[in-house]
Order: sequence, then structure tokens, then C-alpha cells
Amino acid sequence: MTLLRVEGLRKSFGREEVLRGIDLAVSEHEVVCLIGASGSGKSTLLRCVNLLEPVDEGRIFLKEEELTARGVDVDRLRRRVGIVFQAYNLFPHMSVLRNVTLGPTEALKLPRRAAEERAEELLQRFGLADKRDEYPDRLSGGQQQRVAIVRALAMRPELLLLDEVTSALDPELVGEVLALIRELAEGGMTMLIATHEMSFARETADRVCFLDGGQILEEGPPERIFSSPQELRTRRFLQRIVAAGRLQ
Amino acid sequence: MAAIALVVVNSPGWPEVRRSFFDLDRFTGSFPDLARAFLLNVRIFLIAEAIILVTALIVAVMRSLPGPVFFPLRALGVLYADFFRGVPTILVIYLFGFGVPALGISGIPRSPLVWAVVALVLVYTAYVSEVYRAGIESVHPSQEAAARSLGLSRFQALRFVVLPQAVRRVVPPLLNDFIGLQKDTALVALIGPVEAFRQSQIKVAASFNYTPYLATALLFVLLTVPLARFTDWLVARDRRRQLAGRAA
Repeated sequence: MTLLRVEGLRKSFGREEVLRGIDLAVSEHEVVCLIGASGSGKSTLLRCVNLLEPVDEGRIFLKEEELTARGVDVDRLRRRVGIVFQAYNLFPHMSVLRNVTLGPTEALKLPRRAAEERAEELLQRFGLADKRDEYPDRLSGGQQQRVAIVRALAMRPELLLLDEVTSALDPELVGEVLALIRELAEGGMTMLIATHEMSFARETADRVCFLDGGQILEEGPPERIFSSPQELRTRRFLQRIVAAGRLQ
Repeated sequence: MAAIALVVVNSPGWPEVRRSFFDLDRFTGSFPDLARAFLLNVRIFLIAEAIILVTALIVAVMRSLPGPVFFPLRALGVLYADFFRGVPTILVIYLFGFGVPALGISGIPRSPLVWAVVALVLVYTAYVSEVYRAGIESVHPSQEAAARSLGLSRFQALRFVVLPQAVRRVVPPLLNDFIGLQKDTALVALIGPVEAFRQSQIKVAASFNYTPYLATALLFVLLTVPLARFTDWLVARDRRRQLAGRAA
């Protein structure tokens, strides 16, 4: 069953058209990776899906509900879609536990006790139980990003958007975050992931979309995209990635 | 300092100045009355400060609201801040202290003192709202995006995420404005109420000796010094915290 459907999505910043007609569907329990050079529109696409950027043209559906319809309650729809950012964006004035419970207590109106139980369970599951009372600036980048993922998961989203979540991390910290995402994929979480980690995309994704100049130029199962890309631009992009040592 | 002191005590007019400004007997004689009158200054600024902390925040939030919908509120905030920062405080006190009671509207306070406090609140709200606004703008937009992505409303994002960080950052400049307010409570004297400065004028007029002015000056300094040191301490503590945060 289709969870997310994007139709003819267009978005410009000033005169620059960043998304030029994106069509994309993500099924339930599917993991879709968006690859492509910086500036190809991956992040903007994710931000549009979460309505953090207003859409110029096109429609976005979450199951049967249109996110882009006039007069929709964006707060209610955002509760169904989690997003994790490249720069973590944890709340620096709150403890790890409060970072994770803020959404459930204020947006979902969950009682404090229930929200804390849910948060502690998630922190426990992802090896962060001992960090619950720490403040974000006392954590490593990898820990911060794992907390950010837990913060999004605490809302029990139907869809999780990951926006280059390992790009700001030191290389030795990338593994722990990717391992967490793999675990989520195995658990059946529906995810739309913008990433530069090609090996990760090849292993984890059900489908890979190559974005170029604000369009999905090519998409398909990772084996095909990575071993026999049809488009010249996809081949060139992957050659550059291999040359940079990011894909074996 | 020593050189200036030397020049002053060797100046031709020094014996006369010493007699009329540094009369120890008159100092100790006038001090109790002055201190009693000074309690009115303390009351004025405590009341005004408490109100300003809230009103200035409201004006600052009004001016920070995004989008064309809120243009009227933003414009109102700008107009307000421009007017009350532009008009000399003393004029605002005259206009309110003499003007409003003279209207003779039943049910509103007739005491010039009340309206003088209102005038101080209006003027300092304009200053302090600018301080708050600088704080709100210093919080990176990604913080609001993170809060909104959890399904928090604009107001909840402001309340739980933006304002706590903004206010923490502007405490030192905020206290600085309050030191200014403490001094400006003396302006209330110009429309009648017998606060410390007015009391010292009365004493000077009766004796042609200026020592009470000096005593009043001392009272103001005694009040502002602790607040100034407290501000310094807060600034130093924030710097230490930032350094500690970076080291972690």
C-alpha cells in the first residue's frame, strides 16, 4: 500500500528552481534512498514532504490525505511524519529525556509519565539509557544524532525522513548511526533517506532514486542502479563517488 | 585619579565647594529622610520592572511573527518602539503624568505617580523589547524547524524552544536596561511625587547646601552596583559554560 505519493512537485528559491517536477511513491515498510550531488534537491524534497518548505506546485499525499491541500492542519500531519536533520537540531537547553518527550507531551498531549516511559524504552533500545539526563552539548556527534532519531521515533511516525544524517559526523561515528537506521529498516519502518553513504544505500534500500537538477533521473533497485545505471549522468556521478573512495 | 583629585582640592573654588557639597553634618542629618524617600524609587522600579518583563516580551514576539498575515501586528510593534524610543522620557512622563489625570475620566487613577510609572513602563518596554527581539533572532531557524517538525504549533515552538534560549542569551543586556530604569525613576520627581531626588531638592532649597544631592547620588550608586556586579557575574558564567560546552 502506498504511504507517500508525490506528484509533480516544484519548488523554487527566488529564481533558482530546485525541484522541477518530482514524482515519487513510497510504499509502507519500504526504504527509499535519494542519492545525487549536493544541490540536486534531495534535502529540499524532504523538507517539502514535511511541509517545512511551502510547495510551489504539485501535490503530496500521505495515505489518502493531501498534505498540500488548502487549509489542512499542518501540525496534525507533521505528527505522522518524522524528520531527522543533518545538524541534529537537538534543543540545547533541554536534557536528552526532555528532548525526546517534548513532542509527545505537547503535540500528542500524552501524560508526562507515559511520554517518559516511551522515551526511556527507546533510549534503552538504542543504547542511550545512561544519557537521559545529559545535555546535548555533552554528547558526541553520533550520540546526538541517535538522540535526534529517537526524538523523531517517540512520535511513532508513519514515515521517517532522514536528511543526510551522517554528513556532519566524524567518520568513526558514522557506523553507530547507520547501524541504528538498519535496525529500523529491519523493523519495518518506512523511510525516505537522503544520503551520500552509497554502501549503506546499496545494502539497506529497497529502491534508490538518483536526483539530478531537481528531477528524479533514474530509479530502481539498488543492485541495478549501482551496477548497471542506464543514464550517463548517473554513471558519471557514481564514478566520482567510487573515485572518492565512498563506494567499493 | 590622584592627579585629578590634586587639581580639584587645589582649585581656587575648592573651600567653597567643600563647604556646600561635602558637609558631613548635613550629610548625616539629611540621610534618613532621603533614604525613606528613596524607598519610593525602589517601589517604582520594582513594579515597573515586573510589568516591563512581560509587556516587552509581548511586543518582541509581535515584531517577530513571520508572514504577511501578521503584518499589522508587526507594523504596530515597529510604530510603538519607534515612538517611545524616540521621545525623551521626561516628555512622556509630563504627557502622561499631567495629561491623563487632567482628562478627568472617571474610574481611572488620578495620581500623577501612577501615570508616571505608566510612562516609564511604556518607554522601557520599547527598549527591552528590542533586547528580547535580538535574542529571538539569535536562535537559529533550524531550532524552530525541529520543533515544528515534531508537530508543535508555532506558539508551542516559541514557548518551549525559541524563547527559553532567547531569554537566556539576553539577560545581561536586559539587566543593563534595568540599571537605566533605576536611575530614571528620579525623573518622576519632576511631576510632583517626593522620591529621593525631589526630597534632596527640598532640603537643598531650605539650606542652600548641596550635600543632600551627593547623598542621593550615593543611594542610587549603592542600588545599581549590586545589579551591575550581578550582570558581570552572569556574563562570566555564560562564557565559562560556552567554553566548557566546546571542550566537551
